[in-house]
Amino acid sequence: MYSQGLIGADGRTGETETFLAAFQARIDAEEKIEPKDAMPEGYRRTLVRQIGQHAHSEIVGMLPEGNWVTRAPSLRRKAALLAKVQDEGGHGLYLYSAAETLGVTRDGMTEELLAGKAKYSSIFNYPTLTWADIGTIGWLVDGAAIMNQIPLCRCSFGPYARAMIRICKEESFHQRQGYEIMLTLCRGTRAQKAMAQDALDRWWWPSLMMFGPHDAESSHTEQSMAWKIKRFSNDELRQKFIDATVPQAEYLGLKVPDPAMRWDEALNGGKGGYRHGPIDWDEFWRVVKGEGVMNRDRIAARKKAWDDGAWVREAALAHAAKRATGKVAAE
Amino acid sequence: MMHEALLEIADDCLVLGHRLSEWCGHAPMLEEDLALPNMALDLIGVARGLYARAGELEDAGRGEDDLAYFRGEREFRNCLLVERPNEDFAQTMLRQLYFAAFMEPFWRAASASSDEVVHGIAGKAAKEVAYHIRHTGEWVIRMGDGTVESAARMARAVDALHRYTGELFESSPAARAAEAAGVLPVREEMRGDWDRVIGMIFTEARLVLPEDTHMHSGGRAGLHGEDLGHILAEMQSVARAHPGAVW
Ligand SMILES: [Fe+2]
Ligand SMILES: [Fe+2]
Repeated sequence: MYSQGLIGADGRTGETETFLAAFQARIDAEEKIEPKDAMPEGYRRTLVRQIGQHAHSEIVGMLPEGNWVTRAPSLRRKAALLAKVQDEGGHGLYLYSAAETLGVTRDGMTEELLAGKAKYSSIFNYPTLTWADIGTIGWLVDGAAIMNQIPLCRCSFGPYARAMIRICKEESFHQRQGYEIMLTLCRGTRAQKAMAQDALDRWWWPSLMMFGPHDAESSHTEQSMAWKIKRFSNDELRQKFIDATVPQAEYLGLKVPDPAMRWDEALNGGKGGYRHGPIDWDEFWRVVKGEGVMNRDRIAARKKAWDDGAWVREAALAHAAKRATGKVAAE
Repeated sequence: MMHEALLEIADDCLVLGHRLSEWCGHAPMLEEDLALPNMALDLIGVARGLYARAGELEDAGRGEDDLAYFRGEREFRNCLLVERPNEDFAQTMLRQLYFAAFMEPFWRAASASSDEVVHGIAGKAAKEVAYHIRHTGEWVIRMGDGTVESAARMARAVDALHRYTGELFESSPAARAAEAAGVLPVREEMRGDWDRVIGMIFTEARLVLPEDTHMHSGGRAGLHGEDLGHILAEMQSVARAHPGAVW
């Protein structure tokens, strides 16, 4: 899972006007750009960064949900959660492969993540405190990811678009599964319903922040839109998400924690939509810059897995080398 | 009585699946972050099928979650091997291999079970654990015949875990009743296959099979080490905080 709000992509590029115009013509004709095609450096850099952030988000995203795998309250939920977290790992794998077509390596990207140089979706810097967080993450976080990722299925870069098609199917399954957990909690005991409301209270605003800063404050959006890496602006996607989600909360009998939230006929070009109250962008930037409750723990957990696993990866390489030279036992 | 024999195997699968799930997001490489939950899911799937059947045979109105979440450590019947802590990747892989090398012939033989449900579970489970043997066997070979460090860790894993393998072949009174009724195969009969598979893999891995190890047991009588209580405390915490709730 991942949503936009790409941090710090640098779309600047230094090719000739003729080259850029020819490239733009291919984009405008909705041609897919493939790894071996000529492309502006800024296009390549933006994609490496975006796909990398997306891949890292899938991997770091395994941690908050993994936190409840060992405590899932029924065997059916335990299996479903395990399968979901495994799916996210699979998404990470496809995405690292898509990024590798642009000339970077998975190990290199991993090292950037562990060194704190590469970003991942800030939503995963919030802690999962109760079982209801698992339902809420599926419903809201995977839900927000889908809003962003459906348009990415038409991204101009072929390998990314193709990876997204596969990923989107699984994300929408996660979203439904998360909502179903919420529905079960909301139809359950009073304590279960309170747990569901508490989780919504904590995850609502961070979910809205997943779409990134308001369009007016979002740099590099225009270039990404022109290159058809991005198809909708942050605010457009956030609005779509809110319009889809508020009625779902109502159906659950839960209250979205936004006292200013109201129906506004004027939104969505006169079709109407839910107008939200002010988002706490200070919190957003604080968490992006590393001061979320879980930032350090997330990276520390990834780093520990990577460091503890070093001897295993070395053993695999050493054994493969012995195999290649025929120096193995019993052969 | 019959249901208790099924519980033993169900508890083995659940506890080991739970142990594997503890790796979630912390594996040495992304490929293993996918492979470990795969094996965990296989095991939890089998546990669910067996719990459901055990509940039916017991006929006391207990379903899979009652059996998994509302029994304490003295009531769990898993063998000691599966509750051993993950420690490092060497111990996790070896524990899995030891168990799978027993379960593969066990499930193959159980396809002839007189119990329709067990018969159904066995066919699928045999294929799954055959894959577990392949996957973990390859890792044991890579680590055993990899670097100096990995070889030392594999040797330590053998030293730590071999003493828990004898219990796999012991039949409790409940198991003997199930064996007599043709519901489950005789555990001692798996020894030949297990020795052959482990022997082959150890040779390739340059590992030495320990001799004269004192074999620990007690799990089938609910006499566990101290680790199981912690597994259950964690696993059952939410379910027990909300008795009667539906999830
Ligand atoms: Fe995902
Ligand atoms: Fe997802």
